[in-house]
Amino acid sequence: MRSSSKKIDPRVHSLVPKHEVLSIEEAYSVLKTLGIGPEQLPWIKASDPVIKAIGGKPGDIVRIIRKSPVIGETVIYRYVVSG
Amino acid sequence: MDEKIIKGVKFGVLSPEEIRKMSVTAIITSDVYDEDGTPIEGSVMDPRLGVIEPGQRCPTCGNVMGSCPGHFGHIELVRPVIHIGFVKQIYDLLRATCRRCGRLKLTDDEIDRYVRIYSAIKGRWPSAAKRLIEYVKKMSIKAQECPHCGEKQFKIKLEKPYNFYEERKEGLVRLTPTDIRDRLEKIPDSDVELLGYDPKNSRPEWAILTALPVPPITIRPSIMIESGIRAEDDLTHKLVDIVRINERLKESIDAGAPQLIVEDLWDLLQYHVATYFDNEIPGLPTSKHRSGRPLRTLAQRLKGKEGRFRGNLSGKRVDFSARTVISPDPNISIDEVGVPEDVAKVLTVPERVTKWNIERLREYVINGPEKWPGANYVIKADGKRIDLRYVKDRKEFASTLTPGFVVERHLIDQDVVIFNRQPSLHRISMMAHRVKVLPGRTFRLNLLVCPPYNADFDGDEMNLHIPQTEEAIAEAKQLMIVHRNMLTPRYGGPIIGSAQDYISGAYLLTVKTTLVTEQELQTMLGVSDIPEESLAKVLEEPAILAPKRLYTGKQVVSLFLPSDFNFHGQANISSGARACKDEDCPHDSYIVIKNGKLLEGVFDKKALGNQQPESILHWLIREYSEDYGLWLMDNIFKAFIRYIEMHGLTMTLNDVTISSEASAKIAERVEQARSQVSELIERFNKGELEQIPGRTLEESLENYILDTLDKLRNDSGEIATSSLDPFNNVYVMARTGARGSVLNITQMAAMLGQQSVRGERISRGYYERTLPHFKRGDISAEARGFIYSSFRSGLNPIETFFHAAAGREGLVDTAVRTSQSGYMQRRLINALSDLRIEYDGTVRTLYGEVIQTFYGGDGVNPMLSAHGKTVDVDRIVERIVGSKR
Repeated sequence: MRSSSKKIDPRVHSLVPKHEVLSIEEAYSVLKTLGIGPEQLPWIKASDPVIKAIGGKPGDIVRIIRKSPVIGETVIYRYVVSG
Repeated sequence: MDEKIIKGVKFGVLSPEEIRKMSVTAIITSDVYDEDGTPIEGSVMDPRLGVIEPGQRCPTCGNVMGSCPGHFGHIELVRPVIHIGFVKQIYDLLRATCRRCGRLKLTDDEIDRYVRIYSAIKGRWPSAAKRLIEYVKKMSIKAQECPHCGEKQFKIKLEKPYNFYEERKEGLVRLTPTDIRDRLEKIPDSDVELLGYDPKNSRPEWAILTALPVPPITIRPSIMIESGIRAEDDLTHKLVDIVRINERLKESIDAGAPQLIVEDLWDLLQYHVATYFDNEIPGLPTSKHRSGRPLRTLAQRLKGKEGRFRGNLSGKRVDFSARTVISPDPNISIDEVGVPEDVAKVLTVPERVTKWNIERLREYVINGPEKWPGANYVIKADGKRIDLRYVKDRKEFASTLTPGFVVERHLIDQDVVIFNRQPSLHRISMMAHRVKVLPGRTFRLNLLVCPPYNADFDGDEMNLHIPQTEEAIAEAKQLMIVHRNMLTPRYGGPIIGSAQDYISGAYLLTVKTTLVTEQELQTMLGVSDIPEESLAKVLEEPAILAPKRLYTGKQVVSLFLPSDFNFHGQANISSGARACKDEDCPHDSYIVIKNGKLLEGVFDKKALGNQQPESILHWLIREYSEDYGLWLMDNIFKAFIRYIEMHGLTMTLNDVTISSEASAKIAERVEQARSQVSELIERFNKGELEQIPGRTLEESLENYILDTLDKLRNDSGEIATSSLDPFNNVYVMARTGARGSVLNITQMAAMLGQQSVRGERISRGYYERTLPHFKRGDISAEARGFIYSSFRSGLNPIETFFHAAAGREGLVDTAVRTSQSGYMQRRLINALSDLRIEYDGTVRTLYGEVIQTFYGGDGVNPMLSAHGKTVDVDRIVERIVGSKR
């Protein structure tokens, strides 16, 4: 077992897609194009290891860029909630 | 009256005042009827609760039976009882509040803080607010002493289902519902709110019942049995019980009966009220009818598969439907369904009379309900419904038909109906077909549409539904018709396609040696409808002109292909010794189609089979019109059937009989394996066996033995199949994928091989042995379920036993698997049923929550895609250039 004191950055793992916190303006324009409020996006907990690593706070919107052999690159958004 | 729009629904707990306010009468007597059978006022069948007999007027609202909604009464409970549905809430509230002052056991500061947070988040973060409430509750329960009045708190114990005790110093003290109610009453509204309740609509003390609503009679009608005896509804029985015990309790108290008797009666009242709500409470005996049948009380009416929700609200019974056994008919089109005349005379389609169809509809009306094609009802322009069974002179009535009438005529050919087979696991379990009225008593369907329904003809039954409006008919016709659903949305491949004899026929027709005389050709083409221009293409020039004009099977098949169709690919028979990777193929197992001509290769399962994506059939359906797909299904496959009828296909014992040399070879191989196994065992006993990493020595031995035996069977199969004539019918069926596999042939001709239960060699049964015929600890092949015999040679008794043991396991896990996957499917469907793709390509819930920002990430409809790919470049190149990259 790995000791818990040793912090591992989940972002370096090859299976973890790229996460980034959006700026207010970006977040606003994303919500505007989708025509929704932030809570209508899928949620992600602030305690999620990747969110902790990128410093996401509840209320932030996170962009996740996934790679898939079928689709290529896809962009999805998550709304950070407390917990 | 003003129109009102419902903005929302709010749920709360009924307060005793409210129960009394909505009640039309208090129920006071447990007698229901007097001597002459009229209901007594003040009983549970009080006439003021609503009318039950037709023609009567309701004494409360003055309406007649259909329009009186029924009215509630109430029972004044002499002593309060706990509402069984709120036991958990009561338990939490008792623990979370002070036993003396009723406050939350938190300091004022804390309460203030939590109230502030709660009011800030409850609108926008309901789920976070819920968690806060849970936290507050937890903290308050933890406190040993009330910070407001300093009272020391005792531990509250809940004894299921509804008895509360307090662990005081002097011992366990029971809290009566009255005590509990007093405590709950003391909780101030502000604290109630912080505990997650809305004090306006649900005060905690209302969870203890002092008045019990009595539902209207319309909810619990009594039924008359033919002998004239009245049978009451279960709820009525239960209510009578409650009233009776309530009466007795009251009398006992008034008479000053001893405390013990009063408490017993009180307990009994509590029991009856609890089972009135739910008769399946764990820890309580179920309340039973006189006959011993458990009563069906309120919760039972709602719960479960036959309950109000799943049985009546989500599931409904329908009219205009039929069900009967299905049987095959290769002569009807794939989007037709054969309907028995008897069914066609009962099911109707409403058709509006116009000046264009009036003559035809008159004919139907004259024919009436008995003679097909007729009509059962006519709806006049004023909405009056005429039953043609009772019209004396239909001829005269038919002459009164005018545009605007609606005739409910019998089902006739070409009507669009929806055909369905359970379990309806995917959308193609329901497809629209065109009716073909046929003699007989079964539904007929084309064999090619069996795969989407997963139907066979061993007694399967299917359902038929008749759309009743023009919109429904049009929708079914445009969206659900069979030939628009030949490709499955699951993976984009053809789900409809040939199986079994169709494949054998296709193979036999296209195989190199097949030459077709002109007469045979005419027989085959006689059942197919081929456009003249393509007929001319081949018919002029047979492959062989002299001594007799003979066509090749490949020429015949090419008649059905579009002239710009190109395809290259392996056939199913391309395996083992007959595998080919390119056009240079001596075994004829590589298919080449250029400009609509089959130049090389045979048609088998990989080319035309059902559920074969990226096959010839798939590209034909995908790249040409839907009508062409339909035409192909209705014609080329019929030609295959006609050919196999002429050719004949059967199987004989000789097809699985191997030569004596082959048998000798197998026997030799068996001896070799035997010695290998015994050597393994010997080495194991000596401790020389090499251990497989991650396994014990015993497991390693098992693995080695299994490997050896597996090799033995494969080798025997190889020996057997290579000694068989590759063109014997059984082998042809296996190679083309029509029926059976090489493994099946091996088991028939060579040996069955290892039988297994739970993935291991059979080891269960007697102590250290499977059967008493073996020595203890014998782990040789034959003692652990290896079968050296073949189906052809027959199994000895011991082998038969092992075969049965393994066969039984198969039956058991199919039964288990279907029920598990069925439930999984149900949950999945309920979770996803309301998702939809919006016009911007996003997948959303009904509330606009985004599930995916672009459907599937690529926005591709899998049904219209090339086997899931957005574009299949290789196929496009092949199509255009005519050769593969």
